[in-house]
Amino acid sequence: MPDPILKTEAITREVSGRRIVDGITMQAFRGQILAIMGPSGSGKSSFLRLLNRLDEPTAGSVLLDNTDTKSLPPRELRRRVGMVLQSPFLFPGTVADNIAFGPRQRNEEFTPQQIDQLLDHVRLSGYADRDAGRLSGGEAQRVSVARTLANRPDVLLLDEPTSALDANAKNDVERLIARIVIEHNLACIFVTHDPEQTRRMAARLMILVAGKLERIGSTAEVLQMAREIPLGSSHPPNSPSSQR
Amino acid sequence: MFEWFHDHPLTVRIIQAAIVSGVALAVADYGRRQGIMLLGQTAIAILRGLVQIIAVGLVLVFILPKPPIISLPVLVLMILTAAIIAGRRSRNAPGAYQAALYGISLGSASIIALMSLVGAIKFSVEEIVPIGSMLIANTMNTAAQALERFRSDVASHVGPIEAALALGADPATTVRPYVRAAAESAMIPRVDNLASLGIVWIPGLMAGMLVQHGNPIEAAIYNFSVIAMIYASSGIAATATLSMVRHRAFTPAGQLLIRPAEAKANPHSPSAYRKLAPTKSR
Repeated sequence: MPDPILKTEAITREVSGRRIVDGITMQAFRGQILAIMGPSGSGKSSFLRLLNRLDEPTAGSVLLDNTDTKSLPPRELRRRVGMVLQSPFLFPGTVADNIAFGPRQRNEEFTPQQIDQLLDHVRLSGYADRDAGRLSGGEAQRVSVARTLANRPDVLLLDEPTSALDANAKNDVERLIARIVIEHNLACIFVTHDPEQTRRMAARLMILVAGKLERIGSTAEVLQMAREIPLGSSHPPNSPSSQR
Repeated sequence: MFEWFHDHPLTVRIIQAAIVSGVALAVADYGRRQGIMLLGQTAIAILRGLVQIIAVGLVLVFILPKPPIISLPVLVLMILTAAIIAGRRSRNAPGAYQAALYGISLGSASIIALMSLVGAIKFSVEEIVPIGSMLIANTMNTAAQALERFRSDVASHVGPIEAALALGADPATTVRPYVRAAAESAMIPRVDNLASLGIVWIPGLMAGMLVQHGNPIEAAIYNFSVIAMIYASSGIAATATLSMVRHRAFTPAGQLLIRPAEAKANPHSPSAYRKLAPTKSR
């Protein structure tokens, strides 16, 4: 097994006396998608937000390429650990403005050719001058992915990026993510509620319950074992209701 | 009948004050029935305002003959109170009180000092205290409006702000549009004051000068100067308040502290964030 690009050691976030993330230790590897599943409120998104320091862990550490992320400037960390949110939140302006946003934060100007290349990569050739506010949900999410890739991250965090999309757009974004993880040799950590999506996309799966790591391992194994895990939710990963 | 009014001016004033207070409470009660819950605050504010203005009247009678230096503690007290009132309006914004105090002090003190130096305000209790209080009251309103607009805009745009932070943006860049909007909205009443001067609004100070047979042109220019002072001090207050609260809206690691009100019950509430001691970061 190669060295992990990102790992957490007993990472915890406690708020008002409640541990919303409780001592999670895990590793993420380049070129591989790690899915995170668990009941609603189990701390999946809260865990993800600790990895790029959108929130502060109260205990434990996150290591990026064996460097404690607390010793990295937060803006540099967020460039290297890119995050795509559930909603794309595109900024006002053109698609090109959105793509150029990240590089501009570190005084790097993307050329029109670089922008076109990235848009081509997410199958949105010719979209550079389009108004970002007039895109469909799937197109906006693909621009959001391209905008994150413009920062040349090492790790890609995805917080339910397809949950607001219709079936076609969802398939497009899934295929796109699977492809860029390989092509860019990224480590990808992907929060989802959908076990079928996990089977299609992720090599490894971790399940969180009440902020704690319940299982981690290969997707097939964990999904098999998850049938016996008392997830304590009306939507355990393998229940029919979660597959709606 | 008219003799009674003439012989009992204080009683007449009390009756008039009671009538207008009753109208104000009736308006607040109408608002309450429409879901605008300001009745309690209005009742307290009416009572407080009346007691305060009577107390100030008595204090002014006492301090007017005193040396001008006595104005300074009076103004400091006014600034501290103004900051508490302005900060309370946006208590969910981290550092709202400190930001209001910074903005109101800087805005009012700098303009009072400048205008005293150029002689536009005579350094005497009878000019420094009333004109200073006008400046402080207006900077308080500006700071409060700027704080509240900033807090509510940021709370309703947490998603885009965090999307920008996640792309490596400087925290100040992520809230810049909301700083601009807050400054503009807080300054609109001051711009309107200047624009409507003499047409819609004749300041009480000017009427007083004219009643005392002052030169109308001189009275007009003096009053214009006072309104321009209010504009300048408000502008400084808005800028200073927003620059501090913008900084306080984030932890040193660039984590947003302002959250929507409905999120208060969940772990991302501002109070929850405040309990976390941000670790040292670059």
